[in-house]
Amino acid sequence: MSGCDAVVIGAGHNGLIAAAYLARAGLRVVVVERGETPGGCAATEELWPGYRVDTGAHSLTGIDARVMADLDLAGAGPTPGGAGSKGAGLEIMSSDPCVVAPQPEGGALVLERDPARTAESIRRFSPRDAARWPDFVSAMARASRVLSVLYDTLPPRLAGADRGDLWELLRLGARMGRVGRRDALELMRLIPMTVEELLWEWFESEALKGALAADGVRGICQGPLASGTGYMFLHHMVGAAGVVRRRRQVRGGMGKLGAALQRVAVAAGAEVRLGHEVASIRVEDGRATGVVLAGGDEVAAPRVVSSADPGRTLLGLVDPGELAPEFVRALENIKYRGVVAKVHLALGEPPRLPSGGDAAQAAVLAGAAITVAPSIHYIERAYDDAKYGRPSERPVLDAVLTTALDPSLAPKGHHVLSVAAQYAPFQLADGSWDEARREALGAAVVETLAEHIPRLEGAILHRHVLTPADLADRFALPEGNIHHGEMTLDQVFFGRPVAGWARYRTPIDGLYLCGAGTHPGGGLNGRPGAAAAARVLRDEKRRQD
Amino acid sequence: MPAPSVVRGTPFHERTGPLCQAGNWRRWAGHLSASSYEPTHEHEYQAIRSACTLIDVSPLHKYRLSGPGAAALANRVVTRDVDRQDIGQVYYTPWCDAAGKVRDDGTLHRLGASDFRLTSAEPTLKWLHENARGLDVEIEEETEQVAALALQGPRSRDLLQRITDGDVAGLPYFRVMSARIAGIAAEISRTGYTGDLGYEIWVGAADAIPLWDALNAAGAPFGLAPAGMLALDMARLEAGLLLVDVDFIPAHRAVIEDRKSSPYELGLGWTVSLEASNFVGRAALRAERARPPAWRFRGIVLDWDSLEAAYATVGLPPQFPGTTLRDSVPLYAGGRQVGYATSRGWSPTLKTYLGLAHLEAESAVVGTELEIEVTVEHRRRRARATVAKTPFFDPARKRATP
Repeated sequence: MSGCDAVVIGAGHNGLIAAAYLARAGLRVVVVERGETPGGCAATEELWPGYRVDTGAHSLTGIDARVMADLDLAGAGPTPGGAGSKGAGLEIMSSDPCVVAPQPEGGALVLERDPARTAESIRRFSPRDAARWPDFVSAMARASRVLSVLYDTLPPRLAGADRGDLWELLRLGARMGRVGRRDALELMRLIPMTVEELLWEWFESEALKGALAADGVRGICQGPLASGTGYMFLHHMVGAAGVVRRRRQVRGGMGKLGAALQRVAVAAGAEVRLGHEVASIRVEDGRATGVVLAGGDEVAAPRVVSSADPGRTLLGLVDPGELAPEFVRALENIKYRGVVAKVHLALGEPPRLPSGGDAAQAAVLAGAAITVAPSIHYIERAYDDAKYGRPSERPVLDAVLTTALDPSLAPKGHHVLSVAAQYAPFQLADGSWDEARREALGAAVVETLAEHIPRLEGAILHRHVLTPADLADRFALPEGNIHHGEMTLDQVFFGRPVAGWARYRTPIDGLYLCGAGTHPGGGLNGRPGAAAAARVLRDEKRRQD
Repeated sequence: MPAPSVVRGTPFHERTGPLCQAGNWRRWAGHLSASSYEPTHEHEYQAIRSACTLIDVSPLHKYRLSGPGAAALANRVVTRDVDRQDIGQVYYTPWCDAAGKVRDDGTLHRLGASDFRLTSAEPTLKWLHENARGLDVEIEEETEQVAALALQGPRSRDLLQRITDGDVAGLPYFRVMSARIAGIAAEISRTGYTGDLGYEIWVGAADAIPLWDALNAAGAPFGLAPAGMLALDMARLEAGLLLVDVDFIPAHRAVIEDRKSSPYELGLGWTVSLEASNFVGRAALRAERARPPAWRFRGIVLDWDSLEAAYATVGLPPQFPGTTLRDSVPLYAGGRQVGYATSRGWSPTLKTYLGLAHLEAESAVVGTELEIEVTVEHRRRRARATVAKTPFFDPARKRATP
């Protein structure tokens, strides 16, 4: 089969972003994707006629602003006439109220973009916390700005650093200097903290701390009292323009992100082959030479850039004899431990909070996410179940009424509520995920939600549940982990995906990783794809020099 | 009640135990190993070089690799090209980590197309399993199941030929064959750690004592004597053979990078087949081969007159070691330290004070004049030494097939 300059495995957002950058640099790029649609975890499926549901990610917090600009993702898209526009036509919709956190004793906390308005809502829970909120927001914005500098930098090699590495370190130092030494030191202090400790320094209200701490445990099999959850909280702030728990979605569903990226990649000259699964990566004499497809066809290329997770790529697609045992051991030790499940509900009416919460109800209808995490201890107890291999009896929920911002996603007057539920451990203590457990999980989620939305059960027209095992199958997520590898402190920065290989290269020449399993990790930020492409191009330039 | 011993005898211990007049035992991989049988080891050394000896090498780690993927596994681990290894051929070979640093060395015996025996100084079972991912191969540790006896010395062939049905005389250097010795099924390999004519005999542990008895019953006319580790250590120094933990540190146990060595830095470049299949460490060794190694492993010969002069300052005749010394001593050139000697000793055969040394490449040219630190009566002094090729002692009989 025909050759090209680079094969990209997977048409998820990182794969397509990498492909777009590589194609723009003049490389002939072929993207190979097993699914029939692009986008990976940014997926919109018509689960029931007229209901289009974001079955993977349902929120777009922080896609990197530079990627947005470089690829002109927000530029005007193709018009029906098709003339003139080069933009991808990605329409990002955001809700001003970001989060509604209903409380067991009634009432709800509302977090908005505007710190002053949020402080008003907090005041009912704690005047002291309300007074601190604006300072907290700006402190977190500063810390996340420093973090974003780290995210824009290749993790420096500590052992065997060469002149290029020192140059990068100097540049990092200079950029750190620009964001401010004090903020940099503060970030270093915050990173290893538990999210509970981080919030304890600021707040006393359990309602507020619970709503915030939910972000600190997202996608990791740890509770809010575990070290590194402070970092995870800040990770979600990167690229969120200083908004705590920013709430955004894509018009037409998250699947439009994949479509837009595909358009950009194709416009740049890349070829995207959907419905083709890669069976193996060909390696000759220690160099990647292309991929073999499930049907036996081959795509030859001197570079293979994989957005699949590190384990699937290197242990699944590469002949094990090509990798040294030390490296294989490190790969096998990557923790995935997926804990997120998705529950999708088609509703005949919008969710209604109990009377008395008019502001909260308005926020829900305006598109705010409903967060069920009324205290830090609530989250910790939910984690306790997972710790022993059971799904949480009372899970932490992040429910998004996607139809609030985009009514086109359901028949008129109807709604789609997409719920991310945690903790549902991939690995159960007894048995494995089956139909009965899937139904029980769905029931627990609905029951938990119904405690705050009394008429919920009567409004449900359809229910659809994806367990971590389902997510693993549907989106090729390792052990259902939404970030292609738990973002615990040992598995980020220098340690992502494994120590010594945090720079998108692999021990096989010409084989690169570009997915969420690489620095700076998951959450639909697009940075791994962009950074991996930069690394490929820099290696190419060095080869020509 | 005394605690049970953590070391045990080898399958030959029933015989070697009573023979060890010296009571001079050491531990070797969890087994008792005689340093010498007589109170001193001189006779045993002389038997290696002028008669023949039995050396119990059973504590060597031994692994059997079999099945369709056996050759692929061997090729994956060792630096040599197993595709070119004949059935019945033995390879001396190191093996490396991914960075191309030596983990261990040993011998790889190709007993069949898909049947190998690997011997090693270090426990290697886990390493083999880690490298066997995706291969259809059976890995069996046979350290305890197989007894190994080295029969070494110029008379060893004549002795062995007398009691075996195999064509020992026709067995070339670094080849292995199956044969019966006094009726006992054995593999006989023409290998050893003495740099002399000699064989290693591999039998089931249950056959160890009959084998020992058969060899000893026939051995008297050939001057057969048991030899311990002290004598062997002198012989291997003369032969220029590396000793693990003395001349190199296994890479996986080195606590700092500087303690690791590549095959090129150990003088083992000849064992590295960069064109062969992709063994662990090949990419790193290819990169290293592109530039000359910074370190070399060489022999050194100490200058007698300068040694004598150093001792004369305190009124002593020159002292030289009766056993091989294993402590590292500095080597200098032009007043600057350029390396260190890891093994040193007197060669009774060559009447020379020898050493094995790691040297910076520019000081490693054969014939380069160096200085070696010698401690004379508690004071550090220096004697002259010259870089030399190894092996120091290399008799034609080692390789000759009559």
